Amino acid sequence: MARNAASILYYVSHQRGYMMPIISRGFSGRRSAAGATLPPGQYLTTDFPVLSAGPTSHILLDRWEFSIDDGSNLLKRWDWKSFRELPTEIITADLHCVIRWSKLGTSWEGVSLDVLLANVKADLPYAMFRSYGDYTTNLPLEDLMNKQAWVAFKYDGTDLGPEHGGPERLLVPHLYLWKSAKWVKGITLMPHHKPGFWEDFGYHIYGDPWQEQRYSEE
Amino acid sequence: MTWRTATVVGLHDETATARTLALAVRDWPGHVAGQHIDMRLTAPDGYSAVRSYSIASAPSADGRIEITVEGLPNGEVSPYLTQEIMVGDELELRGTIGGWFVWQSDQTEPVQVVAGGSGIVPLMAMIRSHRSADRSAAFRLLYSVREPAKVFTTMNCRQYQIKATQ
Repeated sequence: MARNAASILYYVSHQRGYMMPIISRGFSGRRSAAGATLPPGQYLTTDFPVLSAGPTSHILLDRWEFSIDDGSNLLKRWDWKSFRELPTEIITADLHCVIRWSKLGTSWEGVSLDVLLANVKADLPYAMFRSYGDYTTNLPLEDLMNKQAWVAFKYDGTDLGPEHGGPERLLVPHLYLWKSAKWVKGITLMPHHKPGFWEDFGYHIYGDPWQEQRYSEE
Repeated sequence: MTWRTATVVGLHDETATARTLALAVRDWPGHVAGQHIDMRLTAPDGYSAVRSYSIASAPSADGRIEITVEGLPNGEVSPYLTQEIMVGDELELRGTIGGWFVWQSDQTEPVQVVAGGSGIVPLMAMIRSHRSADRSAAFRLLYSVREPAKVFTTMNCRQYQIKATQ
């Protein structure tokens, strides 16, 4: 009886063009307790893997600057000294990388984008982040406001190392980690969404891990 | 990006812990050397796990690809792929993914690549693609492993003119 039901289901689903998942003989998998707190398709790691699209940038602090523009006009600019005089926050965040590892409860210190974007009166709802080394990534402005994004310069109580984006990186923990650009040096505000580096190579324009928005076709 | 059925058509041990899976993929769209795929395993109760694996083989038109998997002692998926899977088993995969770290067969400039351990897999695809394209420009690999026994056997043959130092 059960077998008949299964074969009918199989027949119906194939008629509709829907593919039943193939059962992997002998595979049981591991359902960890952390599974409930992870976005779909992620697994837990306690390491801090390093992935970069190019060489690690080494930026001298006396040459460092961070600027905000609207594509034609410079709106704001900080050197390292004035950036570090801005109010900072301690952030505890879960990180979700699109290549499927998640790291929970990481500790950071940084300046919130609320502070950096305060009094910027540009009616431009999208942002392109620019990094040393020419990496870019795009984000809607509303994802940067209300304590959702920071420019972080400390990880786990110590200065952020260059392999993790030091001297500072963007931290937008509610989106996949490629959005948290390393070695970030500025923001260009834009009227429309425009794909950044990985978004141009087929990764999702928005990248919500809880919706599993990994690639542009899904 | 749709999930496709792949049948295991060959298995080859690269080291005591790493294994190459040759897969025949239904309606495979083809790939560029350096790209990777997502592979999905599903348990009988419907639980599934997905992992990304680099393609080790050069692009070809026959719908076959190879992936090389390093079995991690406490891994959820890799021990299954390196120890359990058998020729004739079916898997699901989708791709290809990644368009940045690739080598196109019409590239003519000399290349130096650097790999550690199983990180060589996407570079194996590039090296094999370079060979089959018969390019005259140099393609050099610096390959680091923790011990000589960890060199993948596919890479440990005379055709690649390996110079070993310890």
